[in-house]
Amino acid sequence: MNDWIEACTADDIDEEDVMRFDHAGRTFAIYRSPDDEFFATDGLCTHEHIHLADGLVMDDIIECPKHNGRFNYKTGQAKGAPVCVNLKTYPVKVEAGKVLIQLSQ
Amino acid sequence: MDAALPVSRDYSLVGRDSQRAVETGLAAAEWYHTDVPRKDMKELMKREDGPAIRDTAVWLGSMVVLAGLGVVLWGTIWCIPFFLAYGVLYGSASDSRWHECGHGTAFKTRWMNDAVYQIACFMIMRNPVTWRWSHARHHTDTVIVGRDPEIAVMRPPDLFRVVLNFFGILDAWHAIVDMLRNATGVVSAEEKTFIPEQEQHKVVRIARIWFAIYAVTIVVAVYTGSILPLMLVGLPRLYGAWHHVLTGLLQHGGLADNVTDHRLNSRTVYMNPVSRFVYWNMNYHVEHHMFPMVPYHALPRLHAMIKHDLPAPNPSILDGYREMVPAFLHQLRNEDYYLRRELPLTAKPYREEFHGEAARAAAE
Repeated sequence: MNDWIEACTADDIDEEDVMRFDHAGRTFAIYRSPDDEFFATDGLCTHEHIHLADGLVMDDIIECPKHNGRFNYKTGQAKGAPVCVNLKTYPVKVEAGKVLIQLSQ
Repeated sequence: MDAALPVSRDYSLVGRDSQRAVETGLAAAEWYHTDVPRKDMKELMKREDGPAIRDTAVWLGSMVVLAGLGVVLWGTIWCIPFFLAYGVLYGSASDSRWHECGHGTAFKTRWMNDAVYQIACFMIMRNPVTWRWSHARHHTDTVIVGRDPEIAVMRPPDLFRVVLNFFGILDAWHAIVDMLRNATGVVSAEEKTFIPEQEQHKVVRIARIWFAIYAVTIVVAVYTGSILPLMLVGLPRLYGAWHHVLTGLLQHGGLADNVTDHRLNSRTVYMNPVSRFVYWNMNYHVEHHMFPMVPYHALPRLHAMIKHDLPAPNPSILDGYREMVPAFLHQLRNEDYYLRRELPLTAKPYREEFHGEAARAAAE
C-alpha cells in the first residue's frame, strides 16, 4: 500500500525550522534539521493542545511555544517537564524536491 | 452599571467554577494571538546567554556586596539602606528570575536556566516543581476562575491581604506551611490537579532540602544570639517583597477574567530602568502572555512590533495604580466589574462571541 503523503516541498522549510501540515483531519509538524535532514512528528504537544509548528527548533529539539515543553523531534523523546509523554514520529523521505511522510506507521 | 450576579466566584481548583470552565470550553482554550511573521518570531524567540549572564552577574554580585556592607555595618543605622537594597534583590528580583528561568528562556544554555531557577525559587520561597507546573497552568488558563492557580487578586478583592503581601507576610506564611507539609511527604489535592504523579516526589525532596537550610540558619541565629543570619536568608523575602508585589499586581489587576484574549486580561506598563531590571521586562505583560517563549530581553522589540494590535500601555506604574485601585474598590461592591481595555483602530477587534454583552455591561 502506497501511504506516503506529500506534505510540502523541501524549499518550504528553512534549515533548523518547522512547519505545520494538516491532512485528513490530523495535524503534523515537519522539521528540517540544521544538517538538512527532514523529520515528522504529530503536530500537537503531548502536554496540551498547542501546535508545535509555532515553536522553536534548536539543533534536534523542538520547543513548544506555550510552556517550554521540549522534544527530540528525531526520536519523539520528551525531554522533561512539563512534557512527560513522548511525541509520535513518522518516516520521512524527500523525492524530487518533495517531502513525503508515511502515515501508516 | 452595577449588574451583580447572585453567585460569587469559586476560585478552588477542584470546585464549581473549575468544572464549569471545563464544560464551557474556557479551560485549555485557543487564545488570540497577534499575527507575527514566522521569520520575525523565530528571531525574537532566539536564545542567547549574554544578556542573562550579564544581568545575573550584576544581580548576584550586587547582593554579595550589599550583604557584605550590611554585615560590616550591622548594629548601626547605616546598615539599613544596604539591607533594603539587598532585600529587593532577594525578595523581588528572585520573582522575575524564577519566572523567566522557569520558562527556560533567560539563557540559551539549559543548565544556567536550571541553576538560576533553583536559586531564585529558594529566595522567593516557591517550590521549583510545584510552581513550574502551576505556572504552566497560569499560561494555559490565564485568569480563568477555578483553573488559574496564580490569580493574585481574587474578586471581591481582599485588600488587607494585598497590603500584607507588600511585606510578604501571607505569601511567606503559606510557603512555610506548604514546605512543612510537603517535607512530611504530603502533596495536597489541589497540587495534584496540576502536578503529574511522576513529578510529585520531587516536590517532597526539595521541601526537605529547604527545611534543612532554614533549620541550619535558625540554629546559627540562636547560637550566635543574633538575627543577622535570618536578615541574609529568609527574612529578605519579607522586607524585600514590596517591589515584586508593586509590579506584579499590575499584571492582571482589575482587568477581565474568564476571557481568552490576553489584551483583555493583562496589562503592559512602561517602567523605569531600575524596575525593569528587577522585574526583567515583565512589564511587557500582554506580549509575554501572548508569546511566552520570547526571552525577556527581546520583549521591547516584540512590543514595538505588535503594539498596533494592543491596548495602549500605561505610561507609568503610578498611572497603572490610578486605574487599578479604583477598579478594586468598585469590585468590592460589584465583583463583576472590570476595566475593559480599549483597542486602537489598527487592532483586530475582540472576539465578542466569547466576551459578550454581560461582560461588557459589567465593565461599564
